Amino acid sequence: MDPKLQQSAFYAVLALAVLAAIGGGLVTHGAEGMAFGLFASFTLGGSVMCIWERSVVRSAFSLMATFMGVAGLFVLLGHDFLAMAQILIYVGGILALLLFGVMLTPPDLTERKLTRVGGAVVFVFGGAGLVWNHVQNATRSLAVLPPEELTEATTQDRAIGLAFLHPEQYVVAFELAAFLLTVALVAAVYIARRRTEDFEPEEVA
Amino acid sequence: MGVEAYMAVAGVLFALGIVCIISRRNILYVLMGVEMILNAANINFVAFNRFGNGGMEGRMFAIFVIILAAAEAAIALAIVLNVFHLFQSVRPSEADILRD
Repeated sequence: MDPKLQQSAFYAVLALAVLAAIGGGLVTHGAEGMAFGLFASFTLGGSVMCIWERSVVRSAFSLMATFMGVAGLFVLLGHDFLAMAQILIYVGGILALLLFGVMLTPPDLTERKLTRVGGAVVFVFGGAGLVWNHVQNATRSLAVLPPEELTEATTQDRAIGLAFLHPEQYVVAFELAAFLLTVALVAAVYIARRRTEDFEPEEVA
Repeated sequence: MGVEAYMAVAGVLFALGIVCIISRRNILYVLMGVEMILNAANINFVAFNRFGNGGMEGRMFAIFVIILAAAEAAIALAIVLNVFHLFQSVRPSEADILRD
């Protein structure tokens, strides 16, 4: 099949799936369902595109749709602080790091094999289908509230900040996370540095 | 939308992350797949926090997952650059020695 035609067909199917998700959400759950359909299709469509695309740059940028969709789902769940942190850290930090990785390694446009991707899809989703029955049995015992019994979601930034610094809650984990980030960044610089023996001795004129 | 809808999205995202890891021959795709998997776990944490008993354990877990993901991305990228420098290739299967 012609690659250009393949690409157009993929995008057409993706766009139709997004529209179907938004429309289906609107019909079944009203405005909230529409927003859920939009964010969920962003999340899943972005990752499907990431797997599909030949070029790593396109994959990395389509991952931005995934991260934004997840941030939108956090907003729908009433966790605005997490949504903000998601955008700040994932889109602003991790995606920028990935793009650095893309820029510093050579492109390989022949690496994607649709047979391999299809095989992986069959393997993973088939395996998930095999355990689906057990998952349903397990979720039946979960103590979750139905949507209509939920209280209004309130912003809890202050509670998060206090929980981080409360001696009986998360202060140890908070300090450990700070320590871990420091160690990780120093270690990343140490691992990625160019060693002196890598540099060619300069020509002396 | 109930908790099942969010669980379904998280489950499919997790599966897509695994597909991304095992079907592409480039270390960067492995990193992207890991990010997808972490995001799927985060959706589940936050959804159960919202539909659970009103505590805040789920969201604190999600915050720590995001922090760990940031540290992991920095280290992993440094390793990718080193692997490329050492093997002149970004295929995971070709990085098969620790040092020469």
